[in-house]
Amino acid sequence: MADVTAAAGIPASVPALLARNVAQFGSKPAYREKEFGIWQSWTWAEAAEEIDAIAYGLLALGVDRGDYIAVIGQNRPALYWSMVAAQKVGAIPVPLYQDAVAEEMAYVLEHCGARFVIAGDQEQVDKVIEVQDTVHCIEHIIYQDARGLRKYDHSKLHSLEAIQAEGRAAQERFEKELATREAELGWDSTCVMLYTSGTTGKPKGVVLSNKNIIATSKNSAEFDDLRPGDEVLAYLPMAWVGDFIFSIGQAMWTGFCVNCPESPETMMTNLREIGPTYYFAPPRVFETQLTNVMIRMEDASKPKQRMFRYFMDHARKVGPKLLDGKPVGFMDRLKYNLGETLVYGPLKNTLGFSRVRVGYTAGEAIGPEIFDFYRSLGINLKQLYGQTEASVFITQQPDNEVRPDTVGVPSPGVEIRIDDNGEVYYRSPGVFVEYYKNAESTASTKDGEGWVATGDAGFIEPDTGHLRIIDRAKDVGKMADGRLFAPKYVENKLKFFPNILEAVVFGSGRDYCTAFINIDLTAVGNWAERNNISYSSYQELAQHPKVLETIQGHVEEVNRSVAEDEMLSGCQIHRFLVLHKELDADDGELTRTRKVRRRIIEEKFADLIAALYGGSDSVYTETEVTYEDGRKGKIKATLNIRDAKVADEVDRKKVAAE
Amino acid sequence: MNEMSPDGYTTEDGRKIGGVVMEMRNITLRFGGVVAIKDISFDIREGEIRAIIGPNGAGKSSMLNVISGFYHPQEGEVWYRGARRPAMKPFQVARQGIARTFQNIALFDGMTVLDNIMTGRLNHMSASFIDQALWWGKAQREEVKNRRVAEEVIDFLEIQNIRKTPVGRLPYGLKKRVELARALVAEPSILLLDEPMAGMNVEEKEDMSRFILDVNDEFGTTIALIEHDMGVVMDLSDRVVVMDYGKKIGDGTPDEVRNNPDVIDAYLGVAHD
Repeated sequence: MADVTAAAGIPASVPALLARNVAQFGSKPAYREKEFGIWQSWTWAEAAEEIDAIAYGLLALGVDRGDYIAVIGQNRPALYWSMVAAQKVGAIPVPLYQDAVAEEMAYVLEHCGARFVIAGDQEQVDKVIEVQDTVHCIEHIIYQDARGLRKYDHSKLHSLEAIQAEGRAAQERFEKELATREAELGWDSTCVMLYTSGTTGKPKGVVLSNKNIIATSKNSAEFDDLRPGDEVLAYLPMAWVGDFIFSIGQAMWTGFCVNCPESPETMMTNLREIGPTYYFAPPRVFETQLTNVMIRMEDASKPKQRMFRYFMDHARKVGPKLLDGKPVGFMDRLKYNLGETLVYGPLKNTLGFSRVRVGYTAGEAIGPEIFDFYRSLGINLKQLYGQTEASVFITQQPDNEVRPDTVGVPSPGVEIRIDDNGEVYYRSPGVFVEYYKNAESTASTKDGEGWVATGDAGFIEPDTGHLRIIDRAKDVGKMADGRLFAPKYVENKLKFFPNILEAVVFGSGRDYCTAFINIDLTAVGNWAERNNISYSSYQELAQHPKVLETIQGHVEEVNRSVAEDEMLSGCQIHRFLVLHKELDADDGELTRTRKVRRRIIEEKFADLIAALYGGSDSVYTETEVTYEDGRKGKIKATLNIRDAKVADEVDRKKVAAE
Repeated sequence: MNEMSPDGYTTEDGRKIGGVVMEMRNITLRFGGVVAIKDISFDIREGEIRAIIGPNGAGKSSMLNVISGFYHPQEGEVWYRGARRPAMKPFQVARQGIARTFQNIALFDGMTVLDNIMTGRLNHMSASFIDQALWWGKAQREEVKNRRVAEEVIDFLEIQNIRKTPVGRLPYGLKKRVELARALVAEPSILLLDEPMAGMNVEEKEDMSRFILDVNDEFGTTIALIEHDMGVVMDLSDRVVVMDYGKKIGDGTPDEVRNNPDVIDAYLGVAHD
């Protein structure tokens, strides 16, 4: 595959793609950024000039071939340019998570031996300066936003603007050198190194080559018919492989425009202003948006509420069918069109989805109700299944074959195989080169023939060829009596309730299952407000008897639904508690992509788990928390433990009655 | 403080403080028979953060109102940039480059954050009524420039997400920030802050402190502030004036003031034995 595409005259590196785009779409917008209340834009030609200036500046600063350049900050055109500039001079860009605390950053910077760091603002610069006590490889720090940095020692600190100015001045001197280095880039040279957030252990540096990125971008862009003129909103962490593929890989391949929001808080407003045609969001974002819509509808006037409900009911019935091109009766079509004018259109506009042609969600399972809600509005929301090691795409859902419970068919160029234990393996042109400085892990993940273990358990549906994922392979366990235990399956069902933000289910090797629940402060807080329930803190609200009652209702509903699945009926939740604090990445309980870290939670809250399996109905606990500035504090609380009804008996009765 | 040269001094963290820009000379302010300020003198230097502290009713706000030209003292003189300032209306003082915020927020609740901030540019508008009404020529050019200044301040204070939100809907801490923004767009050389952190929680106070330091650092604005919270004042300011019952009882660096026995008495009460 690799050789075929390379031979077909396809540009073999990202800088080469950039040059092609300048020639083809020179005056079309390539990047936009909202600053000072106005969308500023750069054409491909202008962007290329900026990138060149950075590249010359980096050469003047002494960047060598093979150097690692860390890039930290929120999505900004200048930081995307920095990554391409780094590639141009033969260095390897390493984007890092901007919300990582200093220690996490220290490990990664040390591991890749970054000589240069390009940081977004003072916050990031401060962290890098802090880690320099232990990490000695960093020679220069470059920052984009000068605010607050004026009085810093500037012997090793430079503004990106200054670097660019220096680069422009030194252009003649380095013109040849840059051309030589750019010409050396090929299909197999490293395009980027991305650190996986790692649900267990230390992060691993995934090395991705130009071939990985470009072949994957090409295949996936063709799969969804992406084209120049498409618009994306770049708001997901730059360190995440998805953002690299969407905002650099596919953007460079197809030549569409990357839009950077003004700040994380204005993301929703900016989304509405841009109206992207290609959109990606983790399920959480869709959930939050839906929750907000529902909360605001509760406050709307009665006639509006009735109209909304009436047309949404109709949309749920025919919307997905219309989207899949299935036959729908004339009257139903007419009613749907009326609904489009009165409800769906305005709603999509408010959400910023008026122009979405292709929308994706991935990373976690999405609730069927949430998924159907968006699809019924006529938004082509699909699911994909991917990994950093695969340059994202393993499977994705083709148009007209979209269902909430599968993750789709293998992406073009990807082969899939399920081993005897049910673990999913794949092989594709996007398969990573290696884990940096970690041959052992590389060998245990990727075999000699290029098959990569996903670590997820799943199966392929015989009729449709769609892949279904059950859970992390290592999390799937057995209960004491040998029944199957798949925590994520149950957790996902719990999380589909708007009141529940996060859930952690325990039960491996035990007699029965128990759960920790995190309430969603937005939804529960709004409910409390409407019902005149006063509370002074998250903790108090979480332990309010009425809240506990509601959550218990949700748990019991999940139990009934779990009981229907023969294989997994053992996973019903017998006892649960509502946690006194939100699980947080700063405390190490979640990964930066907000996945639950089971082992750490099990250790940290061992006392609570013991109480769940003990007989008491309340437990006192003290928990250490980390504030945003890195200081630590303690939360003390007494938590109620509740018994939930288990559906086994109900089922048996039903069976008997039948 | 005595060794301080007329040209200024350098703070511990290396900031250069300039000469005196404003001087209060023997100010006395009376309301009928009540003496609010009794014979107070102090100065404010270019680029410094100068705090006025004191218990309730000490005359702090009255002092700030004297500086902003809202009150006219019966005795004493206000010197500004080397010249004695005659009795002025507050808007004339504002034109001299002195902007302020208020203890009890004085924003237009029904207007958006952006519109509120734009009102702070009033002194920088000179287009005629006709131009403004017709949205023509100078008025248009000015609006573009003023909007740019407003947007820079919005960016600086990180309130982009509430740009179009009516002020009435904002929580208290944010309103305070909007007020600061409105004062800042006037591009003042002296900024007067009346209890900028009153009624805030710890996190809001930290944010506000950071913004005050950043304003001083980034624009070189001289800041005079009144504050109740001793901890905040001591961390923030270069020099502190302490008032009690209308009199000045201390003046100097935070450390000097902290160890001043009169100040300790005023704040902690005196043991009469």
